Amino acid sequence: MVKEHLSTQYDADLEEIRTRMLQMGGLVEEQVSNALAGYADGSTPLLDRVKATEERVNQLEIELDDRCTHLIARRQPAASDLRLVMAVVKSITDLERIGDEAAKIARIAKQMHERGIVHLSGFSDVRVAANLASSMLKGALDAFARMDPDAAQQIVMQDKHIDSEFRSLLRELITFMMEDPRTISTALDIVWIAKALERVGDHAKNIAEYVIYVASGTDVRHSQGQSESTALG
Amino acid sequence: MTTETVAFDKLPSKLTVNNLNFYYGGYHALKNVSLAVPEHCVTAFIGPSGCGKSTLLRTFNRMFELYPEQRAEGEIMMNGENLLTTKRDVGLLRAQVGMVFQKPTPFPMSIYDNIAFGIKLFENLNRGEMEDRVEWALSKAALWNEVKDKLKQSGNGLSGGQQQRLCIARAIAIKPQVLLMDEPCSALDPISTGYIEELITELKNDYTVVIVTHNMQQAARASDFTAYMYLGELIEFGKTDDIFIKPKKKATEDYITGRFG
Repeated sequence: MVKEHLSTQYDADLEEIRTRMLQMGGLVEEQVSNALAGYADGSTPLLDRVKATEERVNQLEIELDDRCTHLIARRQPAASDLRLVMAVVKSITDLERIGDEAAKIARIAKQMHERGIVHLSGFSDVRVAANLASSMLKGALDAFARMDPDAAQQIVMQDKHIDSEFRSLLRELITFMMEDPRTISTALDIVWIAKALERVGDHAKNIAEYVIYVASGTDVRHSQGQSESTALG
Repeated sequence: MTTETVAFDKLPSKLTVNNLNFYYGGYHALKNVSLAVPEHCVTAFIGPSGCGKSTLLRTFNRMFELYPEQRAEGEIMMNGENLLTTKRDVGLLRAQVGMVFQKPTPFPMSIYDNIAFGIKLFENLNRGEMEDRVEWALSKAALWNEVKDKLKQSGNGLSGGQQQRLCIARAIAIKPQVLLMDEPCSALDPISTGYIEELITELKNDYTVVIVTHNMQQAARASDFTAYMYLGELIEFGKTDDIFIKPKKKATEDYITGRFG
């Protein structure tokens, strides 16, 4: 589909950046799923693995930053190449922050399981938000791998679902706390977890927006629903 | 290919090219080129060798007329007249549309006379006025400080970058309206290139600058508008920012990103 550069090394460098970014995405996805599985069943090894993976994610962030800086210095990429490099530089920041959110979920989950109070009886739990956040992250990375602006647009649209799910969880948890102050500690922990999931959705949306930028050259950040589809043409 | 004349943000255009065709004997070198060169801006022509960018530039001051088998058809409008058909003296036209070439071409005479020579053809200045004009031109070309103590020395004794700035000074000394530059930096080192590019940015306040360059980064750095040409056709003409970040045509994208093959 896309012709190769005259310089094969340039092609190889760009491909390496793309591959490493997706590798970093895979690690972050794993962090999120381990954190959520650990939260659900209290598995300490899973929760600990989230923290252990963070180091590799951070290393990849630094490495990718460095590769992109070198590519810009040596190749002066233009047009879609430039947009790709800029998108990678921005995406890896979002990925690293998703990793931080996963680590936050793991830390809170561990404390909750250690205290032995994980659930509030009658509370619907964060499963919907968790599934939404995970699927947005996976979808954003898939869209990036295929450079598919339509799939990315779908992810952008999903963000409002996770936002509204977070608001409804918050309302529900506030009623728990108002009715029985003994639930405050656990309810707050769940609020932090729900907030972390909502942030994962935000970062996934950012990555999806960069995909649209790379593919079409249109910057859809900070535009809303209809105008995004218009901007995409 | 492009038949509509492209205009930008209602910028006044200095040169308006309409359906220009150019022939080297039987070879059709420019095919229906239309574009509007905005006034007081730098416009760059880029494209692979043989795409017609220098040919297009050379039609703007009818440089091609030096060769009998070359001919241009169409319209190049400047100040309301078609430069291709005007009955005006071609020397006067070239005084309005100056040109700087790839290799520095100082005349084999002193630095001072290099500048004064052209002025004498068009204006009758007294000695004081001439000295002022020479200083003005050399200052405009950012060369005055380097040569003010050796104005009587030969222009050939200057470095390549200085010679090229001398040629720019010579071109602007007669106060043209448009300055054409055909690969002005390709024989220069990066520092001299930097001087010339800085100068180009300065000059656009007073002149309309059109530059042909093989160096895409130079077009990106120095120009406001960029035209990409290929096989005698104008493929895409737009703001330099758009061409280098978000070109509309795939052919432009391939060339800009080094996928041309």
